[in-house]
Amino acid sequence: MRTCGATPGGPDLTGVNVATQSIIQGAVLCEGINDGVPNGAPVTNAYVRLLDSAGEFTAEVPTNAQGQFRFFAAPGAWTVVVLAAGAREEVKVQAQQGTPVDLIIEIKD
Amino acid sequence: MTRKTSLVSADWVAENINNKSIAIIEVDEDTTLYDIGHIENAIRFHWRDDLQDGLIRDLISKDKFEALLSKFGISNDTTVILYGGNNNWFATYAFWYFKVYGHEDVRLLDGGRKRWELDARPLVTAVPSRTATRYVAKDRDNSIRAFRDEVIAEIGKSNIVDVRSPQEFSGELAAPAHLPQESGQIKGHIPTAKNIPWSKAANEDGTFKSDDELKALYVGAGVDLRKDTIAYCRIGERSAFSWFVLHELLEVKNVKNYDGSWTEYGSLVGVPVALGA
Repeated sequence: MRTCGATPGGPDLTGVNVATQSIIQGAVLCEGINDGVPNGAPVTNAYVRLLDSAGEFTAEVPTNAQGQFRFFAAPGAWTVVVLAAGAREEVKVQAQQGTPVDLIIEIKD
Repeated sequence: MTRKTSLVSADWVAENINNKSIAIIEVDEDTTLYDIGHIENAIRFHWRDDLQDGLIRDLISKDKFEALLSKFGISNDTTVILYGGNNNWFATYAFWYFKVYGHEDVRLLDGGRKRWELDARPLVTAVPSRTATRYVAKDRDNSIRAFRDEVIAEIGKSNIVDVRSPQEFSGELAAPAHLPQESGQIKGHIPTAKNIPWSKAANEDGTFKSDDELKALYVGAGVDLRKDTIAYCRIGERSAFSWFVLHELLEVKNVKNYDGSWTEYGSLVGVPVALGA
C-alpha cells in the first residue's frame, strides 16, 4: 500500500552515485481502487523499454519483485515504454544529471 | 531454411515440453528470475558462473564444457532449446557458444522469456532432474569467433558491425542505459564500423523481424553481405544476437562474433578509435 510521504516509485538509491548519473526509474503498478492514489499491486513481470529522442530502442529491463525498474540514461528527452501481458503504456520523460526521474506507471486491468 | 533449423516458436516449445530428446535451457546474466519461474523442464545456465572461465577472460575449456553438459544430462544428439531474458542476448551467446564447441542441434526460442511472459504462458519453479550423460565436445570452431588482432587488421576491409546503441557507438554512453556508466574503457567505436543496433533486428516483443526486413536492415546500413563480417558490442552477447541474425537467419558466410568486444578493444593501448554517429 502506497501512502502519503512514501518513498518514490523506483528502487532505493542508497549506494548509487546519483550526482554523476542521469537516472530514470519508477514502478509499474496495477490500477488501484479509484481514490486518486496509484496503489495497485506491483506488476512483477513487465518489461520496460527506454527509447531515445528519435524513438530508437536504447535499453530494456524487466521489473523486479516490487514492480520497479531503473535506467542510467544521459541528459535529454526519452520515452519509457512498458510492456505487460495484454498492456502497453508509454511515458515521455526528460532526464537530467543529478536529479533522478521517478515514475509511477499504472497498467489498466 | 535455417530459420527452420535454428529457431523455434513458443507454440513449438509448449508442444514439446515433455519431449525427452530435447533439453530446454534458460540462460541469462541475472538468473534469479529462474527461481521465480521458468519454462517447465528448463534447466539453468548462468552466463558468467557456468560459461566463463573465471580466472582468465575466455570461454570455459572443452573439458569443462563437456562436464557441464554431462552433468545436466545433455547428449551429443540432444536438441538444445535456448531462451532467456534480455531479449535472448545471453541465449544467443550460448547458441554461438554451443556452435563453437560443435553441438549439432541447437535452437533458439523466438522472443525468449519476454514473448513467453507477454503471452501469459505458464512458468514453474520445479527444477527438473536429468540423468547425467557423457558429452563429447568438438575442438573450438574459431571460424565464428574473432580475436582482437584480426579485428584491427580487418579495419577498412571486412564489414565491422557495431551492434550497441547509437549512444554507445557515438561515445555518449559507456554501457547500455540500464547499467551504471562508470567503466575502465575509453568511449567510441572501431573506425569504419557500421552502427546497426541489435534491437533493430527484433520486434518489440523480442521475436526476430522477417528475413526480408533483416536483409534490408543490414544492406541499407552499408553492409556488403558478400564480404566477411565481424560483429561486436560491449561484452559479446548482443553481438552474438546479431551474429545469429546474420549467420543463422540470413545464412551469410564468414560472420564472426568478436566476444572481446568493446571492453577489450576500448582498453587496448594505441588502437584507432572513432567518435560520433
